[in-house]
Amino acid sequence: MSVMPPLDSSRTLDVSLGPQHPSTHGVFRMNVTLDGETVVRLQPVFGYLHRNHEKIAETHSYLAAMPYTDRLDYICPITNNWAYALAVEKLAGIEVPERAEYIRVIVGEFTRLQNHAALLGFLAGDLGGWGTALLWAFRLREKILDLFESLTGARMMANYMRFGGCRCDLPVGWLEAARAVVRDAHGQLDELEALLTGNEIILARLQGVGALTGERAINGGFSGPVLRASGVDYDIRKVDRYGIYDRFRFRVPRGTAGDCFDRMMMRLLEARESVGILEQALAGIPEGPVVNPKAKQRGLRPPAGEAYGRIEGPKGELGFYLISDGTDRPYRYRVRPPSLINLTLLEELCIGTKLADVMVILGSIDIVLGEVDR
Amino acid sequence: MKADFEQLHAAFPGVEWSENPSPSGQHSVVVGCADAVAAAEFLRDRLGYDFCSNVSGVDWPPRKVKETVVRKDVTDGVEKEIKETIERDVPGYLEAVYHLYSIGGRKGPLVLRMRTADRAEGARVPSLTPVWKSADFQEREAYDLFGITFDGHPDLRRILMWDEFEDFPMRKDYVAPDDYEYEPTPHDEILEKVRGGKEAA
Amino acid sequence: MNEQKTSRWSESFAGRLLSGLRFPGAGLVKGLAVTARNFVGSYFEKDRLLTELYPEQRPRLPENSRSFPFLIYDGNDPEAGMRCVSCKICEKECPPQCIYIVQDRDAAGKALKRPRVFNIDISVCMSCQICVEVCPFESIRMDQVFEASSYDRFGSLVLTKRDLLKSNEYYHGIHPTEAAETDARIEADRKKKEAAAAAKAAKAAETAKAAAEKKEAPAA
Repeated sequence: MSVMPPLDSSRTLDVSLGPQHPSTHGVFRMNVTLDGETVVRLQPVFGYLHRNHEKIAETHSYLAAMPYTDRLDYICPITNNWAYALAVEKLAGIEVPERAEYIRVIVGEFTRLQNHAALLGFLAGDLGGWGTALLWAFRLREKILDLFESLTGARMMANYMRFGGCRCDLPVGWLEAARAVVRDAHGQLDELEALLTGNEIILARLQGVGALTGERAINGGFSGPVLRASGVDYDIRKVDRYGIYDRFRFRVPRGTAGDCFDRMMMRLLEARESVGILEQALAGIPEGPVVNPKAKQRGLRPPAGEAYGRIEGPKGELGFYLISDGTDRPYRYRVRPPSLINLTLLEELCIGTKLADVMVILGSIDIVLGEVDR
Repeated sequence: MKADFEQLHAAFPGVEWSENPSPSGQHSVVVGCADAVAAAEFLRDRLGYDFCSNVSGVDWPPRKVKETVVRKDVTDGVEKEIKETIERDVPGYLEAVYHLYSIGGRKGPLVLRMRTADRAEGARVPSLTPVWKSADFQEREAYDLFGITFDGHPDLRRILMWDEFEDFPMRKDYVAPDDYEYEPTPHDEILEKVRGGKEAA
Repeated sequence: MNEQKTSRWSESFAGRLLSGLRFPGAGLVKGLAVTARNFVGSYFEKDRLLTELYPEQRPRLPENSRSFPFLIYDGNDPEAGMRCVSCKICEKECPPQCIYIVQDRDAAGKALKRPRVFNIDISVCMSCQICVEVCPFESIRMDQVFEASSYDRFGSLVLTKRDLLKSNEYYHGIHPTEAAETDARIEADRKKKEAAAAAKAAKAAETAKAAAEKKEAPAA
């Protein structure tokens, strides 16, 4: 961005945007050095929510680690479950029946939809427009959480995926309720769009802020909507074609300027694509078992070896790297957290901008501290 | 990926192929510390692996490995093959594992591994942050939790634990101190009470 | 479930009118119009008013909703009808290790198929439902009680066997579909066992009869 002035400590002011802050998406701290209102240095500090999830999973069995994955990115628990189940299925060579794959896509896309809607609400809140957009997004989110509760038993910490499928089948009437939510979703996204995208204040504060080129984004490890907003055509659902995503027709939106406004629009456009996928999946779901009967859940002992399984989570590439030594506990369990890696270039994006823009940039990257710290 | 490995091996004869017995079929390339940065640049610029997705540390404590060797024995002029099981000590080391993808070429994962000399003073590997910036925070995390020092990293400090913390939590021989929870938790006292008194049904 | 009218804002009259506006601040006005529509609409359209006035209005929990585990007993006597046989699989598989079981022994010290102590620490339990999944005897299930807070931080958040035991009728009341399936499974298992026992008894009677006939024959 602009040229960094020399750090003269008599001119600069150190501000700790401390761990308790309404706009930092959790216990996230930034040590910002300001020259007037302009940021000259920014150091992110986190670890306040570090629970050493990786060691917990290494001292528990494979099944017992599943409920802990819910608590990583706690806004999107089911996709965390899915990524872990996918990694274990790669490690142990377990196949998934067709109906289970359809259910996975349905609940996964519902998760993506409610995450993107919530992000739009939180972004408006970070700018100061607290409340309205957030609660409208939460209207949609509440309906989706009700669906999750009737399916899995819990609104958020679902613990739904199992190795080789899903934990339980859809209850009677669930598909109808899901179709009703999907029918309303376009209207609710329309209202959010009408509220946010034409708004001059949002345009002034988001456009041109935090621009990121495609090459820099790739080298910096960005993934997910942020990478695509910078113009890179890379969606893991299309690249790896995990699950049955190659059966659904959906577009992958791409941004042009790579700034915060593009990132916000990416979430909106991807939410609409998710609704499209949901319509197709809900129409085409077949009958059959929801879990591979040959797959062991309790006492699973995958053969020795390693596997890296990843999915296109709502925040980016969520991956699990597992090394098995043949026993019932993983030897090495590693979470590839998109929120943490998307913060790598935060300093670079913020230097030269104003302090108020820091919140906008952080909000548009979309982090959840449960995933950053694990 | 085998083709890419062949090209890499042609340029850097020191790299080794490591077979992965799992059904996942994700095999690794082990690269030595001397060549690592040059090999990484070769991978990024010539083979197109521009996206470093994941950097993990792995702890391999010293272990005994049983191997069955076959040796020929000549007794009374008759040659026989004798199978012997010998146990050998594998010294401990730490490993940094990189998962690389190619965005444009739609390839991956290429798993790159670097091994340290030991788990104490020799726990150093070169940092690949100058090649892929995405390794920045993740190498800091491997330093914080495993104790692998990355030479050439722009800012190697603890990232998740607080700066004054000592010891490395993710190592296999880490013992959690029992005084880190200075506030009593319901679980401990309850557990005591439960095992001691409150058992009347 | 209430079905909201599907409304494409952009296609509605007001939407088309406002989207054609082009003056500084048009975007803000459009947003305010949407807000006004929601606000005024909440007086007229019941489904725009989404707040549930808890605790006067009890929440309508879906059938599968879960909070903490409980133990099932059949019949009227909790102790006698308890299904749990103290196999300790749930204790072993529980991720945060919040279950504590001590097997009962009789006067001679022989182990009985029932727990003497069965405690669940609900301040630790994360409601993951793995104990329910792994129980082979259909004896532990998830309750729906979520108002379990107490002033006593260390005592009353441990549920003992007496607190956990609830009747099968209660289970039918909170999870009717699941309870019906469980009962059907138990019934099917029981019938299978009876059939196997009857077959075994019939075979034993056959063998005894044949042996008795053989014994009589040479004497005749």
